[in-house]
Amino acid sequence: MPSAPTKLYADDVSLLVVLLDTNPFFWSTSSLPFSKFLSHVLSFLNSILLLNQINQIVVIATGCNSCDYIYDSSLSTNPGIENGKLPALCSELLKKLEDFVTRDEQLNKQQSQSLPPTTTSSLLSGSLSMALCYIQRVFRSGPLHPHPRILCVQGSSDGPEQYVAIMNSIFSAQRSMVPIDSCYIGSNNSAFLQQASYITGGVYQKPQQLDGLFQYLSTVFATDLHSRTFLQLPKSVGVDFRASCFCHKKTIDMGFICSVCLSIFCKHHKKCSTCGSVFGQAQSDVASASNLKRKTPET
Amino acid sequence: MNNGNGRRLNGETEEDDDDEGSEGDLDAWERTYADERSWESLQEDESGLLRPMDNKTLYHAQYRRRIRSLSSQATTSRIQKGLIRYLYIVVDLSRAAAEMDYRPSRMAVVAKHVEAFIREFFDQNPLSQLGLVTIKDGIAHCLTDLGGSPESHVKALMGKLECSGESSLQNALDLVHGYLNQVPSYGHREVLILYSALSTCDPGDILETIQKCKKSKMRCSVIGLSAEIFICKHLCQETGGSYSVAMDESHFKELILEHAPPPPAIAEFAIANLIKMGFPQRAAESSIAICSCHKEAKVGGGYTCPRCKARVCELPTECRICGLTLISSPHLARLPRSCFGCQQSLPNPGNKPSLRVACPKCKQHFCLDCDIYIHESLHNCPGCESFRHLKSPIATEE
Repeated sequence: MPSAPTKLYADDVSLLVVLLDTNPFFWSTSSLPFSKFLSHVLSFLNSILLLNQINQIVVIATGCNSCDYIYDSSLSTNPGIENGKLPALCSELLKKLEDFVTRDEQLNKQQSQSLPPTTTSSLLSGSLSMALCYIQRVFRSGPLHPHPRILCVQGSSDGPEQYVAIMNSIFSAQRSMVPIDSCYIGSNNSAFLQQASYITGGVYQKPQQLDGLFQYLSTVFATDLHSRTFLQLPKSVGVDFRASCFCHKKTIDMGFICSVCLSIFCKHHKKCSTCGSVFGQAQSDVASASNLKRKTPET
Repeated sequence: MNNGNGRRLNGETEEDDDDEGSEGDLDAWERTYADERSWESLQEDESGLLRPMDNKTLYHAQYRRRIRSLSSQATTSRIQKGLIRYLYIVVDLSRAAAEMDYRPSRMAVVAKHVEAFIREFFDQNPLSQLGLVTIKDGIAHCLTDLGGSPESHVKALMGKLECSGESSLQNALDLVHGYLNQVPSYGHREVLILYSALSTCDPGDILETIQKCKKSKMRCSVIGLSAEIFICKHLCQETGGSYSVAMDESHFKELILEHAPPPPAIAEFAIANLIKMGFPQRAAESSIAICSCHKEAKVGGGYTCPRCKARVCELPTECRICGLTLISSPHLARLPRSCFGCQQSLPNPGNKPSLRVACPKCKQHFCLDCDIYIHESLHNCPGCESFRHLKSPIATEE
């Protein structure tokens, strides 16, 4: 896959932004307990920091009602290296994560008082947007910076209401040449993450044995972008390119497209709800003939 | 052109007294007073002290004004993205393309900008198709067929950059006319000719060919690299295209990128309609199927039509079995959004040193650089996306 222009320290320095899914709706029904999951992930993060002294890690938590930064390795003020010990990743991270989860739960309570809970998906679009803004800052920081990439560790299913926002983030990542890797630990495959990894040149993996999560993380997702060209990483098992319709947010594989703004609808409408154009207003003779043919409603 | 000399010729001799030496150019220190007026780039701050202009805020304010004017423009003139354009780019590879007035040669400059144009074209017209034709030794060759994937066009163009012989406008038009006649009637037929030569060597009557193109509703535009030629002007006038001659490389780039968005003339005539399309799934890497475009067994990634389950090789395309237009949702998702919840500037920086803007919906603060990135590239407000209670239940985003 193409790598970003050579404004790097060396080829193998990486900045890894990890988006951790903390959605309580998913974790309450998962076969892997959250504590075990965290131990896998923390060991993985430590191993990344060990690979190279100037590797950086940023952890963003994707909650059900909010997203927030949990850990940034460039900000930790621990002088552990002189003593021969690693910076104390665990205690800081765990404390902030616990605060975040409590806050998220509070928001959940507040929201469920005003509205009934409609969806159980996590806010992936929010954490992706935050990660991309952080990475842009790293790009602007000067001539030497590490190679950034994003790793999504997600278990909740896709929220079709986030489709547009996630696609925007994916294209922005593609333009900045930031690969989005996905490690999906839920039950069915996630179409959004498959598309994200396919379009940006990242790796999508759904581990089969969740007990060995650390092994999957360290063999597939730990390598930096330059070394990936020498490795055989898991190939895609098919990407689900289905879209979600703008009117009901269902996933559809055949739909109607407005020719003005390219919004997707599942049924034939008289007027486009996004751009307001009325369909089939005859202004030109040539177009109206073909238009009549197209307007025969098909379900 | 040197404006300095132009001013001099107005005959204002009293200025000569202030200059050192002859009526040559001003010295650099003099230029800062006479031409650049450096005193105007000073500003007073709150306490009345002078300080140099804060370029960053100025640049940011200009940027915001530009965004706002673009968004108001976009809402008034409905920019149709669903226009299906079939465009042929004709590249002149005759002897004249080897001229060195563009560095390193006209042909290399044209190829570089055509590559950028191809990517921009597919970005702005996701449903359209493009083909490449070259003219060499008086004969027109079709380099690539009409297709929707930018990579194949770019690769073919970069592989075959040699020039020789004469250039023939009529042969190119005949060839393109033959291909464009086969496209469906709802598509718009366009030709963009990048002409380096100063003459054309034709086997027959080119005026007849021009009438033929006009009858088939082909809109031909020409960008000349050397000088204005009557026949090109006539062609463009007859078919309703635009004729321009590039003065230098950056002007050429501007002219060619002007053709990327749909031309205003056809945008007015196009009516909004709902087009039925399918979103196929990409098959796994190890699957084997007979593909409907090449009629042979293929291993690996292809797409399955949702209606008739036939396999196609690339998107966007029309399924050969059932006729459904197949597209991948990423193609459609590429549209520029108008300004959403326009962030307002905060007058006081607070305890952070730099200036910030805030989103009126989620009340989060963003630095100026993030604001520019969000509006130009990301099109999502990270604050609004990160709080569930702010996400509106409506489909539209504004």
